[in-house]
Amino acid sequence: MNFADLWKRSRIGIIAVALALVVGILLLLVAGANPFEALGVIIDGSLGSSIRIGDTLMVWAPLVLAAAGLLITFAAGLWNIGVEGQITFGAIAASLVAREVSGPTWLIVTLALLAGLFGGAFWALLAGLLRTYGKVNEIFGGLGLHFVATALAVYLVLGPWKRAGVASTSGTEPFPRESWLPTVGSTRLSWLAIVVAVASVFGVFYLLRGTRFGLRLKAVGKNMRSAFLLGIPTGPYMLAAFALGGGLAGLAGAIQATGFHHKLVPSISGGYGFLGILVAMLAGYAARWIAPIAFVFAMLAVGSTLLPLKLGLDSSVGGVLQGVLVLFTVLAQGWQSRRRNRADEAALGPPEPPVIPGEVG
Amino acid sequence: MGFELREIHKHFGSVRANNGVNLSVASGELHGLLGENGAGKSTLMKVLSGFHQKTSGEILVDGESIDLRSPADAIEHGIGMLHQDPLVFLPFTVLDNFLIGSPGPERLNRRAAARELATLADRFGFSFDPDTPTRRLTVGERQQLEILRLLWLGARVLILDEPTTGISAPQRLKLFATLKELAAEGMSVVFVSHKLEEVEEICERVTIIRAGTVVGERDLPCPAAELVELMFGGEVEIGERPVVGLGPPRLTVSDLTVRDRMLSVEGFNLEVAEGEVIGFAGLEGSGQRIVLDALSGLRSANGGTITVNGRDLTKVGYRGYLDGGVQFLPAGRLEEGLVAGLTLTEHFVLSSRSGAFLIDWEGALAETVEGIAEYSVKGTPDSTAESLSGGNQQRLLLAMLQDNLEVLLMEHPTRGLDIESAAWVWEQLLRRREDGTAIVFASADLDELLEYSDRILVFFAGGVLAEVDARTSSVDELGHLIGGKVTS
Amino acid sequence: MDVTLASILAASTPLIFVVIGETITEKAGVINLSLDGTVLLSAMVGFAGAYESGSVIVGFAAAALVSALAALLVAYSSIALRLNQVAVGFVLFQLTGELSAFLGDPYVRIPGPTVTYRPIPLLEDIPFIGKIFFQHDLIVYGSIVLIFLTYWFMFRTRRGLKLQAIGERPEAAHSRGMPVNRLRYLYAAVGGGLVGIGGAAYSLGAKIGWSEGHTTGLGWIALAIVIFGGWHPYRAAFGVYLFGALQFSAIKLQDVFPDLTQVLGTLPFPIMIFTLVLVYSDRVRSLTDRYPALRGILGSDPPSAIGTRFDVD
Repeated sequence: MNFADLWKRSRIGIIAVALALVVGILLLLVAGANPFEALGVIIDGSLGSSIRIGDTLMVWAPLVLAAAGLLITFAAGLWNIGVEGQITFGAIAASLVAREVSGPTWLIVTLALLAGLFGGAFWALLAGLLRTYGKVNEIFGGLGLHFVATALAVYLVLGPWKRAGVASTSGTEPFPRESWLPTVGSTRLSWLAIVVAVASVFGVFYLLRGTRFGLRLKAVGKNMRSAFLLGIPTGPYMLAAFALGGGLAGLAGAIQATGFHHKLVPSISGGYGFLGILVAMLAGYAARWIAPIAFVFAMLAVGSTLLPLKLGLDSSVGGVLQGVLVLFTVLAQGWQSRRRNRADEAALGPPEPPVIPGEVG
Repeated sequence: MGFELREIHKHFGSVRANNGVNLSVASGELHGLLGENGAGKSTLMKVLSGFHQKTSGEILVDGESIDLRSPADAIEHGIGMLHQDPLVFLPFTVLDNFLIGSPGPERLNRRAAARELATLADRFGFSFDPDTPTRRLTVGERQQLEILRLLWLGARVLILDEPTTGISAPQRLKLFATLKELAAEGMSVVFVSHKLEEVEEICERVTIIRAGTVVGERDLPCPAAELVELMFGGEVEIGERPVVGLGPPRLTVSDLTVRDRMLSVEGFNLEVAEGEVIGFAGLEGSGQRIVLDALSGLRSANGGTITVNGRDLTKVGYRGYLDGGVQFLPAGRLEEGLVAGLTLTEHFVLSSRSGAFLIDWEGALAETVEGIAEYSVKGTPDSTAESLSGGNQQRLLLAMLQDNLEVLLMEHPTRGLDIESAAWVWEQLLRRREDGTAIVFASADLDELLEYSDRILVFFAGGVLAEVDARTSSVDELGHLIGGKVTS
Repeated sequence: MDVTLASILAASTPLIFVVIGETITEKAGVINLSLDGTVLLSAMVGFAGAYESGSVIVGFAAAALVSALAALLVAYSSIALRLNQVAVGFVLFQLTGELSAFLGDPYVRIPGPTVTYRPIPLLEDIPFIGKIFFQHDLIVYGSIVLIFLTYWFMFRTRRGLKLQAIGERPEAAHSRGMPVNRLRYLYAAVGGGLVGIGGAAYSLGAKIGWSEGHTTGLGWIALAIVIFGGWHPYRAAFGVYLFGALQFSAIKLQDVFPDLTQVLGTLPFPIMIFTLVLVYSDRVRSLTDRYPALRGILGSDPPSAIGTRFDVD
């Protein structure tokens, strides 16, 4: 591939990143900070020591799990905004195991992860049932369930699972040591979390690329009417997408509870569900980009927490940069296709009418 | 107020919907615009009403050249169009529909508008409850409302695009009476239709359009045969048809009743033998599609039974039909057949009946290459469905069909295809009947119906008006029947 | 009792602006999913604007401007760039939320200007009623006027009919001579501006001051109430006050169940959303089909063209 080709292919990405950087730098200047210094702090804060790398990877793992799960629901054409609730419910289910089951670590941890998986899948299925049988848009059904899961977590933290003596929003009594995910050295990094996250990316990649199920799911997502006419049972496929996507989100929740906080806290999801949606969008809904993009996001998230201390900046810098990056990428895609359309319109005729998938059956 | 169109061209990219059309209509004239589906009538009228902008040409009203950039301009010049599906706002009340888009002071005076609506309605013998949601009006009533609204806005040229689709017989009579009255008052009326009967009934003069250009203009009355020939082109030579021995009945439909929002087909009976080809003729929306939907299981029957090879499939649902070897190719290739965004290879995988969990991509690729070659699809295994031309999309759909089908149902199997592709498609289809597949297809192309069917059922307003033997029928006879006229 | 109602009314004021604003935007066919973020950002901008300038009016204007820009960006990406409104709205939700935390950092928990209390002379002395309705600040009165004004505009004026038309069936609106996309920009901006005023009404009135996540969740609730309200200003306002009453009772119940203080605070959110689910259910639908009279109370038909784009030609 020569340089011109390379430029043509990656132009949109480069323009988007450049624009995002310009906006990011401007914002930092407005806030009175030296952008390069800030960048240095972020990099040092996320990769500067083995402990920090461990922390970054412990953000990376749940983020990757959430994003990988979202790829499945996006493939089916669904906006699973309820993903936050699925993480929370998965964490609650895993916490239950961690608190109540006693035994060797391998047993508790396995059961806790499985509980997270099934808990998340269950919570997502509720949104799926509302969508397929109640005709409730998955965005609002999912959000409602998200609020319910949060309320439940708050209730447990302050009520039945409260710390001995004092109820505090800082969380439940820490779980017994045996239920913590095993860590590497003195870091908080759990190798099991990394293994699970990596496996999820490969799993989703092959599910969507190599299996009949994944292909049919894509057909359902792109054109429900045609998919139905091809003989695919569209309703059950959508439910399956919810269950799988929610299951991975629930795993993320289980890792948050047993691998990071070692207790249940009210904001156990860490916002990784919503962030996962951004990761999936930025990855162009392709599994192979999930891991690197999630890593950059994790770096921004972890590195930014040092900014208040070192530069007196708010730690939301990372979030702002993430948002700006995705926004410009999405807009740049629009600009590109508009230019292409203008060039094509003269030659190829009017744009295709939007396909409105009809309700079938 | 008269108007004239000079050398109107309207191109959608490479598609030339109108290719140098000339049309002149005098004040007080009821002018028919005749042509088959897709001849370019509607496009022309949308240009005249400002909905589309012409590519080139000139529009004159009362001898003065005008520039139409939007429907607002057209209304200003007194040109009003009634669209085939009346462009009303269904959840809004009759009165609000009447009011939306009308000029006047910012504050609405509903009472005054209701009075004007009532006065106008009285004049033509219509009656409306101004507070009913338009959703509850029949299509005919929605049209009446639109006509009143256009008159109220000061329309002096009234365009009606296929106005009789979906309305009842009494409503049609009323509509015709209204149009005659309007013309008598000096309004120019353009009546767009592919129904010969109706144009003959009310128009004084008719322009015939075929493939985007005017092929003739006649004063009425004029022999119907002449109009039919202009509309559909010359009588076609019907080739030697292969004689296929018809076997025992494959598909038996008895006393089928199906309904949709607009239409109801009652007591439909049909028996199709192995290897037989049945054509459904009729205007769009006369009942062919809902019968095909019922025969494929897409729409559940409201009564009657459907059996294939003696097995009752009436209640099994769409997938049950698929498993029973009944497959349906609807007309909307990218809407109801292919999946835009997926590649040809992916389509072949989706269509295979294999239950294996993992996809054997190498095998699928080989199969796709083979399918592409066999069906001469112009595309690569990696091409996406929407990047193919219409003809190649149809070839892909044919390639995806199951082998050894019991019954194959199709809607407009060659619409939009050039002659060569169409002939090729039929060659493939007819090969299937040698294996005993029974074929039922609906088409608007009379030549196609005559050439490839054994028997033709002519649908009219939800019923089968006639069954004819394709061997002995003619374009002329079919043309008449489709328009609802039974000749002896 | 009168004090209770008065405080519910005052506490609901910002949400009235947000919900009515989004109702107008959605009526035109544009769905602005970024609400939860834009409300935060406009609350922060409103406070900062008022703090820096010393004028509450500047604060409201700045908030309205920022929020209108966000709505315009959603409209632009749909109309001009053919992007998915939901996708762009979601990204903006994240971005504006983070921006509010970033830009608002210097303003966290500092005292600033607020809307002044301005009881209406004479009217405030009416027993019961006076206490509920006429002992507030200007923005509360404004919210009540807005409800009636929006109703009047939508259903009693020619422009209002056009607004409904472009979101219901744009091709029909086009055929009646309306510049569909230009109007969509206009109403996206108007609706967005009202959302911004709502955001500022939190930080300058109902929930004075600024802190990170000051209004989190309320934007999502607003989106749900728009649906609950069937895109009708009166029903939407009813939804807002109902939510206000729920929140108020949750606070009251905290005295009864002190252990559940935090839980009770979060409950109105799911309750509101599931009420919406109920309203939207098939059973209610078939009920309104059978008894059209109920449609006004229960029916909830979205503008048919919501979230889609319209291309001329």
